[in-house]
Amino acid sequence: MLLQEATRLSHPLSGSIAEWVWLIPLLPFIGFLINGWLSITSAAHVGPKDPSAAGHDAAGHADDHGHDSGGGAHGDDHHAVVRHRYAGIVSVVGPAVLLLSFGLAVAIFMAMLGVSREAPFVRTLFSWIPAGDLHVDAALQVDPLSMVMTLVVTGVGTLIHLFSVGYMQDDPGYPRYFAYLNLFVSFMLVLVLGASYPVLFVGWEGVGLCSYLLIGFWFTDKANADAGKKAFIVNRIGDFGFLIAMFLMFANFGVLDFVGVSAAAPGAGFNSALVTTICLFLFLGCAGKSAQIPLYVWLPDAMAGPTPVSALIHAATMVTAGVYLIARSAFLFSLAPVAQLTVAFVGGLTALFAATIGLKQWDIKKVLAYSTVSQLGYMFVGVGVGAYTAGIFHLVTHAFFKALLFLGSGSVIFAMHRAYHATHNHDDAQDMRNMGGLRRYMPVTFILMWIATLAIAGIPVFAGFFSKDEILGAVFARTHESTLSEVSWLGIPGGSLLYLIYAMGLAAALLTAIYMTRMMLYTFHGPNRSGEKEQSHLAEAPWIMTGPLVVLGVLSLFGGWLNLPALLPLGPVGALEHWLEPVVGSATNAVTRGPHEPAHSTELALIGAAVAIAALGIIIALVRLKPDRLVPKAQAPEEQGFERVLLHKYYVDELYDRVIVRPTVWISRNVLATGVDEGIIDKLLVTWVGAGIPRLFGWFGSRLQSGQVGTYAWVLLIGVIAVLGAFTFR
Amino acid sequence: MPNFFYQFNFYLFGLIAIASAIAFVTRKSPVAAALWLVNTMFCLAALYIMLEAQFIGIIQVLVYAGAIMVVFLFVVMLLNLGQPTEIADIRGRWGKLAAAFLGLALLAQVAALVGKRMPEPFIPGTGYDAQAVRDLGAVGSVAQPLFNEYLLAFELTSILLLVAIVGAVVIGRRRQIDAR
Amino acid sequence: MLAESLALSAVLFSIGAIGVLTRRNAIVIFMCVELMLNAVNLTFVALSKVYGMAGQVFVVFVMTVAAAEAAVGLAIIIAIFRHKQTVNLENINLLKG
Repeated sequence: MLLQEATRLSHPLSGSIAEWVWLIPLLPFIGFLINGWLSITSAAHVGPKDPSAAGHDAAGHADDHGHDSGGGAHGDDHHAVVRHRYAGIVSVVGPAVLLLSFGLAVAIFMAMLGVSREAPFVRTLFSWIPAGDLHVDAALQVDPLSMVMTLVVTGVGTLIHLFSVGYMQDDPGYPRYFAYLNLFVSFMLVLVLGASYPVLFVGWEGVGLCSYLLIGFWFTDKANADAGKKAFIVNRIGDFGFLIAMFLMFANFGVLDFVGVSAAAPGAGFNSALVTTICLFLFLGCAGKSAQIPLYVWLPDAMAGPTPVSALIHAATMVTAGVYLIARSAFLFSLAPVAQLTVAFVGGLTALFAATIGLKQWDIKKVLAYSTVSQLGYMFVGVGVGAYTAGIFHLVTHAFFKALLFLGSGSVIFAMHRAYHATHNHDDAQDMRNMGGLRRYMPVTFILMWIATLAIAGIPVFAGFFSKDEILGAVFARTHESTLSEVSWLGIPGGSLLYLIYAMGLAAALLTAIYMTRMMLYTFHGPNRSGEKEQSHLAEAPWIMTGPLVVLGVLSLFGGWLNLPALLPLGPVGALEHWLEPVVGSATNAVTRGPHEPAHSTELALIGAAVAIAALGIIIALVRLKPDRLVPKAQAPEEQGFERVLLHKYYVDELYDRVIVRPTVWISRNVLATGVDEGIIDKLLVTWVGAGIPRLFGWFGSRLQSGQVGTYAWVLLIGVIAVLGAFTFR
Repeated sequence: MPNFFYQFNFYLFGLIAIASAIAFVTRKSPVAAALWLVNTMFCLAALYIMLEAQFIGIIQVLVYAGAIMVVFLFVVMLLNLGQPTEIADIRGRWGKLAAAFLGLALLAQVAALVGKRMPEPFIPGTGYDAQAVRDLGAVGSVAQPLFNEYLLAFELTSILLLVAIVGAVVIGRRRQIDAR
Repeated sequence: MLAESLALSAVLFSIGAIGVLTRRNAIVIFMCVELMLNAVNLTFVALSKVYGMAGQVFVVFVMTVAAAEAAVGLAIIIAIFRHKQTVNLENINLLKG
């Protein structure tokens, strides 16, 4: 507490615009209230036939589950779609609150530029949990790391809101959509701005909730509702880990705010069991939220939600919460090299694993989903080896190009849906086998998607190149003379493990380049497989949708400037690193034992290797894959052999179902429901004990009231003896 | 310690009282039981006189043995219950055993309580005033508190007696609509 | 003599209690109650030597009440006898049920 008071009183940001930081999450929340109110009132006034009623929806496209109905209300192909009554207000309120938040964030950022950022500025709102030894305040923390995240969330969020205005324009649940989206951003901002683990956890849970709501947005289709449930339940497993970590922290440190824990953490000792356990449990939470092995299974199913939701939640913001958490807990992780290696290894493995699955997916959104899982793996490799800046850097650039990719695919799906709607075609609008040659019809989207693809592949000058290369370089640099290289991980020396992770990272980069190029080839190049009649309806999306794409394209192109390496000083070098230095700098140096600049030759070699791999991947894809040989989905042959395994995601979902889900359901039904609930509680406790005891007393009492005076005499005398007994034994 | 003669008499009358009481409880015939009770009362009267409550002793004989027990016998005769009853009047073996046990428990508790001191508020003030007895005589020394300090209680008991008499008559009379 | 008197009183009281429990004839039970009252009278008289005349005065009251109680009680028994032709307590069970 005292630490907070001291920083607050003398902090350079006190009394500045930073005092208004609480408005940043509040504004989207107000947007949620307004949009939610509009959604409820409009639903209450209409009967079943009015298309403005929320929830009445597109059931027609049920080919594969996890299907996004492409931004339209197509309840019945024969009636014209009608815009929601309140669509106008919502279209203004939804993006506007976010734009205001972004503006405020920028203002605070500018204020931070001019002052010393050594200590975080904690804005305490009120005392939240004063319970015995536990004191948790509702407080927001303004420091370089939280501001980076805030800018990304609000900035990319605004763009996606604008995109949604166009994408969801025909949906009967339009206000509900924006209500949920605003609520999500509000919670996400609480997450990144929180000053303590509990406040962060509030945001953590909130975004999980909103993810469920938005994934199952078209819940009338059971598959969508199931996907939402799956996301929430798998997330919950991770949340359990997070909670355990918080309990351990409180039990051992007594505090839960970041300032307090970072002060108390060194006292727990380097590489101690306590810190390692805390970090591993935190990572369990991250694995759930950020879709790492083994809890990644919800993310591909989450593609059932509208595409802008996938862009916002499952690419740019929510899934990055895990990475943010680790960066935030840098002071803990740098004390636990074993946990760090675990994080990095799992990240690397996930990156590779998901990339292999992405090679064989036909649904364009699924490709992007596995790509996201893979890229998240990269981020975890980054923060896992203690290169927190690199991880956050990749988070930021990934937000740019992945949002662009998702929104671009959204434009594609939008166009396909419009075409299919016009021709009353019921084919799958998201399957790449039904696309092809779309560059002729959607040139702007085409160019922007290629920018994003080059960025994600890691081609120089585009954003992804800098961030991905920095991560791989960091891994390589820590193979010698770092805290990681000196410990052993399950018997394997840390240095060797890091080489393995580096190799996995390179392999994943190769595969990334391959499957992304594959996606572009099948979607935009080659002949068009949509059909003769549909072609005349294929067109570029409206400007409200393409505009944000352009902005993201620029960011994907120039985003790398945020943290240029010394070798390529195209602009200010290491801007992000310098910016984040007060927050993660000491933790980073603790791992590498001092600021560690690898030799220029090594760095050059690494960069060369990365670029070569990326280029190789693109070339392989261009040479080996022939879009001409594809047939539309309806006529496509079954996959065989290993390709089939990849298509079915290594049957992991089926495995989980067999091993975890079915036994759990069986236990719930037969043991818990029948055995415990009916048997023990109902039979034993309720009928025997609960009802039996009164019955026993009643029987006893009825025997006493026999109507025989003799009995009463007995009772009387026994009573006298009892009373005398009280006197005797007093 | 009083002299031997006194003690001898005390124990004699005490034992006869106990024996009579036991006999009273175990008789099958109500008349026999009543007469044994009268005997017990005579012994108690003797004990009262020996304890220098002569007035009490006399009215024990006059009122208790002479009036109350006579009423009992009147009723027994009236209801023609003089003969020993055919059906066992006394409870079965288990009943007797339980009753004996309870009685012993009662006795044991009373014995245990004898050693205990009374709580302060309950101990009455004055001791035995031998001088007052010599002055007023046995009857006077009882009458004096009776009509002075305890006058209210005395008056209430007179009302009680009135109620009892009236009640007894009312309850005991034959109703007009008796079942013939 | 105080201790002996009290002991005698306790024994008589217990005997009376046993009699109340054991007997079934209502009148005999009544007489057992009278025995208990007598035992209590003995206690009062014995203790009045220690604590003053109040004990004997109380004995007077006890006897008065015993007389009243005997009168009324016997009247009730007579009334019941007229109804049920029995004074066996086990047959007097109209309160049962």
